[in-house]
Amino acid sequence: MANQLPVKVVAVEERVWSGEAEMLVARTTEGEIGVLPGHSPLLGLLKEPSQVRVKLAGGEQLTYDVTGGFLSIDADGVTVLAESATPATPESR
Amino acid sequence: MAGQVQALRRRIRTVKSTKKIAKAQELVATSRIAKAQERVNASKPYAEAITQVLTALASNASIDNPLLVPRERVRRAGVLLITSDRGLAGAYNANAIRTAEQLISRLKADGKETVLYVVGRKGVGYYRFRNRPIEASWTGFSERPSFTDAKAIGDALLEAFVAGADDTESTYGPDGIQGVDELHIVSTQFKSLMTQSAEAHFLAPMQVEEREVEPGLRPAYEFEPDADELLDALLPKYLNTRIYAALLSSAASESASRRRAMKSASDNADDLLKRYTREMNSARQAAITQEISEIVGGVEALSSAGSDM
Repeated sequence: MANQLPVKVVAVEERVWSGEAEMLVARTTEGEIGVLPGHSPLLGLLKEPSQVRVKLAGGEQLTYDVTGGFLSIDADGVTVLAESATPATPESR
Repeated sequence: MAGQVQALRRRIRTVKSTKKIAKAQELVATSRIAKAQERVNASKPYAEAITQVLTALASNASIDNPLLVPRERVRRAGVLLITSDRGLAGAYNANAIRTAEQLISRLKADGKETVLYVVGRKGVGYYRFRNRPIEASWTGFSERPSFTDAKAIGDALLEAFVAGADDTESTYGPDGIQGVDELHIVSTQFKSLMTQSAEAHFLAPMQVEEREVEPGLRPAYEFEPDADELLDALLPKYLNTRIYAALLSSAASESASRRRAMKSASDNADDLLKRYTREMNSARQAAITQEISEIVGGVEALSSAGSDM
């Protein structure tokens, strides 16, 4: 995979996850947004509450329930900042 | 003589049990410092990221958010003081309270009323005892603060701050709530294991630092929703992060301070034990010597009385 998207999911009390992904899907107050490698810089407020899905190479997907979150995309990748981010339970997925 | 030995023996017992308590506290505090430092480090990525994001935002949004604009006339200033729930932490609480008192008298000298917000039982106790009003207090988490605690504090402070925006000279404004126009925080900075210092800082309104950034380094962000709305949403979060960081640093300082106090307490107990043990031994020896000389004296008296017969 030549094009990978560096993703960081950071909660206030700890760094939840960081690594390389294919794509990140989140829902801002304006609507759903899918982030691919090379996305232009963006700051977005996430919908309350919402889920952030990180699609990894190989089809695997990580889902986080996020509250009080926002999203920052710059040249270094995507950072999801949240007051709390917990791995989503299978039922709510 | 025997009484003195008894008394010393009792004293040694007391010192020994005090030492045990101090030693246990020291060990607990030591392990807490490590945990607290871990939490400080764990909270750093978020703090750094939000600062970075706000910097990007501040240069794009209009700066008329109530959290950023200094009020024309500051009537009341809120002071958030962070202390511990338990004592036995050396001068930790005394230092924090003294710093807060200095800040309060400085604010009073500037003609500002002060409103107290206190975290930790020790601070609450201090002001209760002196019958000074506390606007709000939070207790029970000084050693392990969570972000939820910080958020509860932040929300209360923010509410007072926002309510203070429309206060006039004689009334509390249309909302009828007496708010504050400024927020200060007094917390203990953990510098190293040996140095922690109580410091007072501005919490709100926040100061925007204009910094020259080389053009091209700062990405041209898109905003969703627009920049002003984002700023409105992010500033309260930033305030909570600041409070959370202060709570964590204070918790680490509390443990470090307690460890030092308990270490010197158990060292002192060791010295006392040594001294009392020596005193007790010499008192016992003196008692024995006296008994022997009494016996010898008695025998001699008897034998001399016998030779006379």
